[in-house]
Amino acid sequence: MTYAIEVKQMHKRFGRVQALAGVDLEIETGEFFALLGPNGAGKTTLINIIAGLVRASSGSARVMGHDVVADYREARRVLGVVPQELVFDPFFTVRETLVIQSGYYGLKNNGAWIDEIIHHLDLSAKADANMRTLSGGMKRRVLVAQALVHKPPVIVLDEPTAGVDVELRQGLWRFIKQLNRNGHTIVLTTHYLDEAEALCSRVAMLKQGNIVALDSIRNLIRTIPGCAIRLRLSPDTLPPALQPLMISHEDGYYVLALKEYAQLEDVMAAVRTAASTVLEMHIMQPDLEEVFVKTMSETRTTQALSI
Amino acid sequence: MTGFLTLLYKELLRFGKVGFQTIFAPIVSVLLYLMIFSHVLEDHVQPYPGVNYAVFLIPGLVIMAMLQNAFANSSSSLIQSKVTGNLVFVLLSPLSYREIFFAYVLASVVRGMAVGLGVYLVTLWFFDVPLSSFGWVFVFALMGNALLGALGLVAGIWADKFDQLAAFQNFVILPLTFLSGVFYSIHSLPAFWQVLSHLNPFFYMIDGFRYGFFNVSDISPYVSLGIVAGCFVAVSWLTLQMLKTGYKIRH
Repeated sequence: MTYAIEVKQMHKRFGRVQALAGVDLEIETGEFFALLGPNGAGKTTLINIIAGLVRASSGSARVMGHDVVADYREARRVLGVVPQELVFDPFFTVRETLVIQSGYYGLKNNGAWIDEIIHHLDLSAKADANMRTLSGGMKRRVLVAQALVHKPPVIVLDEPTAGVDVELRQGLWRFIKQLNRNGHTIVLTTHYLDEAEALCSRVAMLKQGNIVALDSIRNLIRTIPGCAIRLRLSPDTLPPALQPLMISHEDGYYVLALKEYAQLEDVMAAVRTAASTVLEMHIMQPDLEEVFVKTMSETRTTQALSI
Repeated sequence: MTGFLTLLYKELLRFGKVGFQTIFAPIVSVLLYLMIFSHVLEDHVQPYPGVNYAVFLIPGLVIMAMLQNAFANSSSSLIQSKVTGNLVFVLLSPLSYREIFFAYVLASVVRGMAVGLGVYLVTLWFFDVPLSSFGWVFVFALMGNALLGALGLVAGIWADKFDQLAAFQNFVILPLTFLSGVFYSIHSLPAFWQVLSHLNPFFYMIDGFRYGFFNVSDISPYVSLGIVAGCFVAVSWLTLQMLKTGYKIRH
């Protein structure tokens, strides 16, 4: 079976910094996949190796079965990358930029598809404006358009929504979701975990050059036991028996962490004993952000132990 | 082929869009050289018998302008793309390192030729410059521009900052062009400087190019052409190695 992206034992060292320490990753065709991790975890390095912008110290990477070094022309033809930096060529207009980018991929007469991307990314009004005159958000859209000129089956977006307004973010994701439905594999990095949770089927969490979690979002969330509850009580005091469970207390709402749902009975019993009444109660399911925070702090502990 | 042609087109469009600065300005500055040097030196110097100094000077100035602009084109295009980061668009594409090399070098040749032709045509208004062999003129112009275009790529890849590139231009390219016999025939130099001039590859380009106009040269144009071609092959090999290994552009 051919993976959209297949990375094996990837190591990368920049001088004394180990950016990637043996990453193995397989992303299937048609997936909507997120690479998560704090700054400096190695996300961009991994993407840049896949894109051929950075050379691995050891290990291999393939895009749709094409090795990114030995078979780089084919590998690059099937890959579209939206770089993280807001780069542009100040000599050209939006349309010129896209026509030139098509040409690099050997495509002539790509006008119809270019018009379509321009339309979908809401760039029509600026199609003949020079790149210099565009706002940051518009430049970001052109970067996305450039990554799509050759209709690549695999699309990688490196923090596409960093510093982008809400409207563009929504429009962008609508378009990307449509591409995913049409069969394109999407890989993205983002610091907005709610975005990843809403869009992606599977995520990998990177930390210090290692993959520390790799699973579907549902499975990852299941690893977090219990839940949190949000309570409003009358009178507004938390029974002493519940104090150890409290995470926060704001505007009359107490948030308590429960190890398992059965603990709800204990909470209710404590409220009854204190002769209080529950005015409101919300049960809050764990989310990706919780998994992320937990995963990052856990690996810190194990690493500290191994030293 | 489409990829290569597109990169070439993009490079031509790049300097074409700022043609005032990339073509017209160099033509004007070379004409200033011509006016000043020919005025000052006309009565004192006659490098070739029977050839007016200004007329002697013109082919030298033409090729000097070509070489400097061929170098400036590839080097400044590359370093601008590197510093601003938009080189990534080329690096992400399936263009091969050979296609990148030939597109940049050919764009440099075109810019060099445009400037050289411009200078030559304007000087024809004022002076009667003989053209003994178009073939020699063309072949030396082509080889010289290609060599400097490749050298510009080397400098553009190597330099991390604009001032490093400026240093390369001012401490390597400019002295080599000025001390190559643009303004004089090296036979007028003391023996030591004559020997030194023979170590300068730019001397052969200028001497051979001038031969195409006057049918007179310091050394045989065949020897000059061989040396210039040898330099081009060597610099091209170096450039291709740099591009192939991704030196300073693919980390």
